[in-house]
Amino acid sequence: MSRRVLGLVLLAAGVVGVVLISLAFGTRQIEFPVVVDAILAPDPTNNDHAVVRDLRVPRTVIGLLAGAALAVAGGIMQGLTRNPLADPGLLGVNAGASLFVVLGITFLGITAASGYVWFAFAGAAAATVLVYAVGAGRGGNPTPVTLTLAGAAVTAVITSVITLVLLQNLDTLNQYRFWSVGSLVGRELSTVTVVIPFLVIGFVLAAIVARMLNVLALGEDVARGLGQNIVLARVLAAVAIVLLCGGATSISGPIVFVGLVVPHIVRRFTGPDYRWILAYSFLLGAILLVLADVIGRLVVQPTELEAGIVVAFLGAPVMIALVRRSKVGAL
Amino acid sequence: MTESHTLTAAGLSLSYDGAPVIDDLDLVVPPGSISVIVGANACGKSTLLRGLARLMKPQGGSVQVDGRDIHSYPSKQLARLVGLLPQQPVAPAGITVADLVARGRYPHQGWFAGRSAADYAAVAHALEQTSTADLAGRAVEELSGGQRQRVWIAMALAQEPEILLLDEPTTFLDVTHQVEVLDLLMHLNRERGTTIVMVLHDLNLAARYADHLIVMAQGAIVASGSPAEVITAETVRTAFGMESLIIDDPVCGSPMVVPVGRFHHLG
Amino acid sequence: MSVVAVATASRRSRARTVTLVLFAAVLVMSALSLAVGAYSVSLPDLLATLVGQGDSKNEFIILRLRLPRLTMAVLVGLAFALAGALFQSLLGNPLASPDLIGITTGASASAVFAILVLGLSGFAVSGFAFAGALVVASTIYLLSWRSGIAGYRFVLVGVGIAFMVQSTLGYLLTRADVRDAQGALVWMVGSLSGTLWAEVAVAAISIGILIPVVVLLAPQLRMLQLGDDTARGLGVRVNVARVLLLGVAVALAACATAAVGPIAFVAFVAGPIARRLVPGISLVPSALIGVLLVVTADFASQHLLPGGTQVPVGIITGAIGAPYLLWLLATRRSRGEA
Repeated sequence: MSRRVLGLVLLAAGVVGVVLISLAFGTRQIEFPVVVDAILAPDPTNNDHAVVRDLRVPRTVIGLLAGAALAVAGGIMQGLTRNPLADPGLLGVNAGASLFVVLGITFLGITAASGYVWFAFAGAAAATVLVYAVGAGRGGNPTPVTLTLAGAAVTAVITSVITLVLLQNLDTLNQYRFWSVGSLVGRELSTVTVVIPFLVIGFVLAAIVARMLNVLALGEDVARGLGQNIVLARVLAAVAIVLLCGGATSISGPIVFVGLVVPHIVRRFTGPDYRWILAYSFLLGAILLVLADVIGRLVVQPTELEAGIVVAFLGAPVMIALVRRSKVGAL
Repeated sequence: MTESHTLTAAGLSLSYDGAPVIDDLDLVVPPGSISVIVGANACGKSTLLRGLARLMKPQGGSVQVDGRDIHSYPSKQLARLVGLLPQQPVAPAGITVADLVARGRYPHQGWFAGRSAADYAAVAHALEQTSTADLAGRAVEELSGGQRQRVWIAMALAQEPEILLLDEPTTFLDVTHQVEVLDLLMHLNRERGTTIVMVLHDLNLAARYADHLIVMAQGAIVASGSPAEVITAETVRTAFGMESLIIDDPVCGSPMVVPVGRFHHLG
Repeated sequence: MSVVAVATASRRSRARTVTLVLFAAVLVMSALSLAVGAYSVSLPDLLATLVGQGDSKNEFIILRLRLPRLTMAVLVGLAFALAGALFQSLLGNPLASPDLIGITTGASASAVFAILVLGLSGFAVSGFAFAGALVVASTIYLLSWRSGIAGYRFVLVGVGIAFMVQSTLGYLLTRADVRDAQGALVWMVGSLSGTLWAEVAVAAISIGILIPVVVLLAPQLRMLQLGDDTARGLGVRVNVARVLLLGVAVALAACATAAVGPIAFVAFVAGPIARRLVPGISLVPSALIGVLLVVTADFASQHLLPGGTQVPVGIITGAIGAPYLLWLLATRRSRGEA
């Protein structure tokens, strides 16, 4: 028990560390003392301060929030579906958000990232419901392979529709393509604050649901026998997923693999108790996404690689390693 | 009718994922007889059968048919000699009995084969032997467990093998069908001289039907010979960790194991 | 006739009927595609032109514009459908398809790379697409190999790679000029417009080589359906057979994608539809359904919107495939099979 608490403390320290790194590093090297000044005693005429406050702070905050939300949502999904390959991106939630954003840009002329927020939210919600309904099929849980494929298929369907719209509409394409790679840049903090309440509710629900997930992990029949209200657990979990995924996607764009990889890494240290898994995922997800963003800034200087792309390239090998190692998906 | 083909294992070692299951095992299967491999769960009996069936490559030693290493035979040629019915075989959806049995002719067909007269004859004969001819047009998935198992045996028969290997052919069947399938196998052995090697989990059925019994425990053979020789309270204790009383089966005279447990005991 | 022959005969005749009906449908749609259009040709004129007796105007429209397009539609419909049916059978999952496992995505990404970064066009792009599909397929194959290929591992590794490739595509699209990006997007959707005879020839040769290979390997595929152990017991070299069949399927998908771009969903739906009409793996009905789908979709793509605007055929097949997919998933038996 104390070992797990220690781990949590270390991760929290890690978050702080990563935040400092994110504020200091980038295409423009800024010394720590300057960073500290920028936050505590900002000087409007100092360019470095501007960079820190207007560019790096927002993206760091977004990275923390989105990373934590995606990781926790992924953990809940894995527990709910008993599918070790569940991830909001893989299961089509991102695609749903993207679709609604595209529709918003095209038909309602939304141009600012702040406007995308609500659309992304609605789209993520719709997609979660769809995949959930489809995944439940005629009752019972689908195999990991089938659910993953279902997500890929739903993503493919939605992508077709998106492509159709983009082909007709150059402006939409122009805006959408930047959003769609999963970037932490270009949103103001004010946009983000809009979403925070939803994320908070999502995290609280996650904490409540964690215990239920432990029972559900034993199988539905056993869970019922232990007195768990399955429907309630599913509904609460689904709501948490929608809030967290919708919120994350709306501020960062669609990012894959974070929800898949983080809970898996975390599981090795925490064991199968979802209360610990979700708590650790919350912190590690935040760390990883911000780290990915920093890597993106450093790898192809003077330009940047979006965080979503870095995560995809790092996350895919992890997923493949997982598939190779385990008996995942065996029926 | 059929020449007898020998199946032997020499110094055979088999492992799963790096963990050794069978080490340095020797086995001679008496040709033209029914041999049954028995043992407690995880004693290696299925592993041994899979090794004999060329489903696993040995880590050491070899399995030989007619003195030649099975892994050196071209696949189709070996399949004409040795047939296999694995555990829980999978039938594609919608396939009819006749179709499934006909697939057993694959080892006899060349690249551009259609169905030859010999193929039709073999299939018809297989259906007849297993009393499944009247099921020929039905879908396999609609059949009962016993019927399905007979159909799979028919497929293996259509292959016209000299040696037939079966991995737990009776495990999910009720007692009527278990006896039905085993009677069929006995009939095949007596009629055509097919060497049969099978894994059974039911010791008493094994004692009844086997000419040669092979008892395994922890990856090694602890006893082999005729049922009368092999089945003793001692052997049962070694292989199954269970106390028992051995009596003669009142129906056919083979040894019958009566288990002694915590609540039911002698005296 | 032996009892066996009688039993198989009834199933054979149903398969035969279905095949004939499908073939007839293909002929009808083909005729419509050739005859109907902004400039319509009557049936007698059409037939005359096809045998070389038509006037020069008809000859231009039909032989230079519509026939190459139709021929290409037939070729890629065949190729995609067969690739999909083979994949679904080999990987044991009706949802597995080269478009979902990243193979056609790899082709797209490769082509887009060629267009946006290297500034290529025409056959060079097709070459890249073909290479891209093969590279992705080999990567998936190698990564999922662990003393043999298990269907589920292949699929899951494929999905992971698909997302990674999609991310790359997204990256490429952000780095290009927006007009170039839109041009690349067209390639990503699949289109038959402006097909030239030269392109048809290349596709015909490449796909034409692969078809006999499929025919040759079909018996081994039937044995694989019985499960690996049984297939081995029947003398099939399971790993070899699977590699060869997957290789052919990938090559078919790669050739078709290289020719016209990734036409969505044809590979995915042809097999399941065929299976509902004729039980068991039925490669010929699958191929015919693929052809019918693409020809019909292309016809719709030319005539759906007024004023001669064309919708890329990939969008139409997507519109057909999408509801079908969702229905398939929703009505799946709870054990997770379809």
